[in-house]
Amino acid sequence: MSPATKSARFALRSRLLHWLMAAMLLAMLFIGVAMVASLGDYHRLVALHRPLGIALLILAIVRLINRRFSTLPPFPSTMASWERMVATASERLLYALMLALPLVGWAMLSAGHYPIVLFGPVHLPPILPPWPMLYAVLRRTHTILAHLLFLTFLAHLSAVLFHTIVMRDHLLDRMAIWPVRAYRKPPGLLGEDV
Amino acid sequence: MSVPLRLLTVAVIVGAAATSFAYAGGWLTPHALTPARIANRFEQVNGVHPGFRRNHAKGVDVSGYFESTGQGAALSRASVFRPGRVPVLGRFSLGGGQPFAVDAEHTPRGLGVRFALRDGEEWRTAMLGLPVFPVSTPEAFYDQLLAMAPDPATGQPDPARVSAFLARHPESARALQVISSQPMSSGFDNSSYHSLNAFRFIDAAGTVSWVRWSLVPVPPPVSISATAPGATSNNFLFDALIASVQARPPQWRLVVTVAQPGDPTNDATIPWPADRRTLEAGTLTFDRIESDDTSPARDINFDPLILPNGMAPSDDPLLSARSAVYSQSFTRREGEPRIPSAVSPGEAAR
Repeated sequence: MSPATKSARFALRSRLLHWLMAAMLLAMLFIGVAMVASLGDYHRLVALHRPLGIALLILAIVRLINRRFSTLPPFPSTMASWERMVATASERLLYALMLALPLVGWAMLSAGHYPIVLFGPVHLPPILPPWPMLYAVLRRTHTILAHLLFLTFLAHLSAVLFHTIVMRDHLLDRMAIWPVRAYRKPPGLLGEDV
Repeated sequence: MSVPLRLLTVAVIVGAAATSFAYAGGWLTPHALTPARIANRFEQVNGVHPGFRRNHAKGVDVSGYFESTGQGAALSRASVFRPGRVPVLGRFSLGGGQPFAVDAEHTPRGLGVRFALRDGEEWRTAMLGLPVFPVSTPEAFYDQLLAMAPDPATGQPDPARVSAFLARHPESARALQVISSQPMSSGFDNSSYHSLNAFRFIDAAGTVSWVRWSLVPVPPPVSISATAPGATSNNFLFDALIASVQARPPQWRLVVTVAQPGDPTNDATIPWPADRRTLEAGTLTFDRIESDDTSPARDINFDPLILPNGMAPSDDPLLSARSAVYSQSFTRREGEPRIPSAVSPGEAAR
């Protein structure tokens, strides 16, 4: 087992993108779920939801391009091959949802005959013609995909915490933007305290 | 830390994340008032009429143009107030969630308008032919819907429930007095329509004015008692509007009223003093009338918070709630099958 070296981590720009998007996506999911149940804060939250969604769409595209041109650190040896497959699949699902959610939102507002206001006079053109039935379908799709994204986030969080807290294999260090101690000795799987 | 304790730590963190999401979504507070519950109450009171608006279900659509005087630019930098013309789409309606209700003079009349600004921005407004709104909060609105619902036995609201509501809401009792003290116009075309809620107008220098606006008919309204129409058709109010638009496009002046410090901006039940400064922003003309079945206005959500740059909401709690509930109603009806509307200008013209 090699100690934690630079190459065991994601590239700095990947790590920065990860945490920036993590914070924005979580904020976005909470804003979205709160706004549809809110009367008094509805307008304020919607006004935040739209520009944040477009910012996330741009970041998701940047991240996808960055992903193509980055060398990834290898999976740690503590991850079983089935875990690696699940991790890869869930990463793809996360990318797909990060792109799909803002696009579905934009398309939904277009089909619903809404102006797509970002802030002040800045607004986006519609990407679909007014289309009532499609609006209703996309509106529902937006909610389903958002719930799916939150569930995928919970699964991702559970897996990383399981590795980091239970197995203590320093999996989280791969994505750390904070100083980390060198990882010397792998504990046995579910082994006793190191 | 033992393994079970470490597992517990993970479970607590993940559980906390899931629980906060559920809390934010209102799943842990099922008794809180939500947009969905207000839309449900409309359905409870009126029945479900698929494809129709949950409120102001019966209506007819118009289009035309707004000719700005340029005076509004003194209060708001919105491009709609620069001199010139912008196309408008509108919908006249009767309050209530019954799409086939029989027209009645005293049913509140609504007018939704969408101004399509030159640069792709929009201004949407949903106005009522009442001088003030009967309630000041979303909670009171929810309460009022049930209190004023017709009793199935009599077809009229239950007087005991109405007086209990008015006792709980003295501001509504005062508002109803203001409403009943003003003569009702005889039709849609000679009625004034009011924003009711206050808004903020922001000028080019960033100066904020607190305003309400009204559409005032040209020529001035004729009282209903002066020209009571023979109520022979279920759609007599709409038929008269259709005849009016087809005979001579009706016009309204857009009058903006500016609040003075101390005027209530968060309470739509209270009228502002009559001597407040007003400004003539322009004239609205409707030269075409169409059924909900063919007009794009059917699929427009006249959300009062779709505002161009230069306009912003006030602190009135009804505004955000209206926006939320209109969206709920819009989403429900857009996904439902449709049947023809009660009002069709083609048939009325025969």
